[in-house]
Amino acid sequence: MTTGNVGPPTRARLRAAGLTLPLVAFVGFSFLFPLGTMLSRSVYDPLVADTLPGTLALLEEWDGETLPGEPVFAAAARELETALDARLAGRLGGRVNRVASGMRTVIVRGARAAAEAPAATARETLIGGDPAWGEPATWRAIRAAGERFTARHYLRALDLDRDAGGSIVRQPEELRIYVPLLLRTLMVSGAVTLLCLLLGYPIAHLIANSPPRRARWLILLVLVPFWTSLLVRTTAWIVLLQTHGVLNSLLVALGIVADDGRIAMIYNMTGTLVAMTHVLLPFMVLPLYSVMRTIPPHFMRAASSLGANRRQSFLRVYWPLTLPGTAAGSLLVFILAIGYYITPALVGGSSGQLFSNMIAFHMQTSLNWGLAAALGGILFVVVGALYVVYDRLVGASSLKLG
Amino acid sequence: MALGLRDGAASRAVYLAFCAFVFVFLVAPILVIVPLSFNAEPYFTFTEGMLRLDPDAWSLRWYEALVDDVRWSRALVNSLGIGVAAALLATVLGTVAALGLSSPAMPLRRLVTGILISPMVIPVIIAAAGMFFFYSDLRLTQSHFGLILAHAALGTPFVVITVTATLSGFDRNLVRASQSLGAGPLTTFRRVQFPLIAPGVLSGALFAFAASFDEVVIVLFMGGLNQRTIPRQMWSGIREEISPTILAAATFLIAFALLFLFAVERLRSRTR
Repeated sequence: MTTGNVGPPTRARLRAAGLTLPLVAFVGFSFLFPLGTMLSRSVYDPLVADTLPGTLALLEEWDGETLPGEPVFAAAARELETALDARLAGRLGGRVNRVASGMRTVIVRGARAAAEAPAATARETLIGGDPAWGEPATWRAIRAAGERFTARHYLRALDLDRDAGGSIVRQPEELRIYVPLLLRTLMVSGAVTLLCLLLGYPIAHLIANSPPRRARWLILLVLVPFWTSLLVRTTAWIVLLQTHGVLNSLLVALGIVADDGRIAMIYNMTGTLVAMTHVLLPFMVLPLYSVMRTIPPHFMRAASSLGANRRQSFLRVYWPLTLPGTAAGSLLVFILAIGYYITPALVGGSSGQLFSNMIAFHMQTSLNWGLAAALGGILFVVVGALYVVYDRLVGASSLKLG
Repeated sequence: MALGLRDGAASRAVYLAFCAFVFVFLVAPILVIVPLSFNAEPYFTFTEGMLRLDPDAWSLRWYEALVDDVRWSRALVNSLGIGVAAALLATVLGTVAALGLSSPAMPLRRLVTGILISPMVIPVIIAAAGMFFFYSDLRLTQSHFGLILAHAALGTPFVVITVTATLSGFDRNLVRASQSLGAGPLTTFRRVQFPLIAPGVLSGALFAFAASFDEVVIVLFMGGLNQRTIPRQMWSGIREEISPTILAAATFLIAFALLFLFAVERLRSRTR
């Protein structure tokens, strides 16, 4: 590769790139590659296809209406028995269960019957294990679950479904969970961003316009929470806000609130909002402060000497000058808020849970990893898009710390 | 000057009062924990005795509980070990990468910066889920080594950012001067560049350590019983057995945070 006369020499370019290479490789291996394999799970699920290859191959010829013939039953019985030996029957049933509920027991019973109670024909064996094997719907479910690549998880994550004819329809209203949750998460993040701006703007202004010594002390007050462990800050809000916590006891002692009328300020959306605002406020103040510091005070004096009143000189002079800081801080807070997990999990109760908590639920409790991956994919796209906007607007490399 | 100089003292007072409120909002919740950790009763609020400054209402029992509980001391050892190893790894890789990134000859700077900063921006929950699958395929879950790799990845953006910031104020003529005097690239780095960027490297290392020391989501997904860290222990403390022991632990962590804050601020004033 020759660079000709424009730009630095190739050797210098190679050296610079070579210096970044170890870290790029490390981040790629330990962070981005795991992320990619996780996201691939949202569309790729080979378990059923790998466990029942023969059955699925035979089912390709099947019309989908009548009951399949004995060869299909025989292949299924043989492969189910193998799956049972490999302790895969439960997981296999779980996968098919996601296509049509109730299938888990059908699969597991079929596998047990194939292993323990073989009858004259494979057909009688499986139907003896569970009568559902005698219905074409069971075979349709297996065939659908046997696709290696599937859009099923994304459909569910977007509250969509396929109807009997295979076309995509929205879920009935009472079954829509994930889109409303995403919208709620975006709204909460927006509210937290707005609160941070409202609280952060004045203090950033105060710090930027204080004499250096005082400014140093005030900025320390912003940095103390920034450095304090997230868990500590969350604990602090539990201590303050719970029904028998400091704030409620104070209100009762002052006679503002009756002892039996203590306010529920935590383990609900209020708790999530307050604690998240507290956690993210420094990320708003610091970029605002670094922009405000560069605005010469005589700009405002010039505006007022030209006859602007305080409101006008703020709206027409100061505010526009602080927009880069406002945009940087708001985007950063919004991006961090969307992915928040710990704070909502600890202080959000049931009503204050956000999108990330749903991902954790499907990872750890329901064990529906494909769906967790699809939800993660959606979150990734949303955050990624905002990150690109941030990079264009502010420049990722100009991220400031403290 | 401040917003409200012309319209008199009233609006200025409102402005200052609002700022005072915000500062209280920032700091007070953290400060409240400290006296409550000396509560003689197992409550999360001030007892009447505490308010009367009755010495019997105050005690060190939660600190004794903390020190006696082997789970907490093990967690501390884990946190320190994983944090130091992850910070070391992140600092070495991050500093070298920052040297490349801030070279004027760096190709694809924007893309590479985006990649290197991404661990800071991508929601940890997605990363933790991905790491859980990938690292368990490599049999690295429930191991200290796996957590060190994961935490180091999270810490590298901090090192890259702080060291790049220090290097932006670095006079490249010094490198040319050193090379014209016959020093090779390594000697130049060791004798000229590194001493000048050392404060930035060190504060990057502190950030990377703090990122690991405060991380709980990846530990929740990947760590076993033997990899419980302090934040993980606090997590169970909050969720399961809510006792003022976690307030005592929190007080320690606050002291720790202050220590770090002052260290980083000192380093920062040295880089200016």
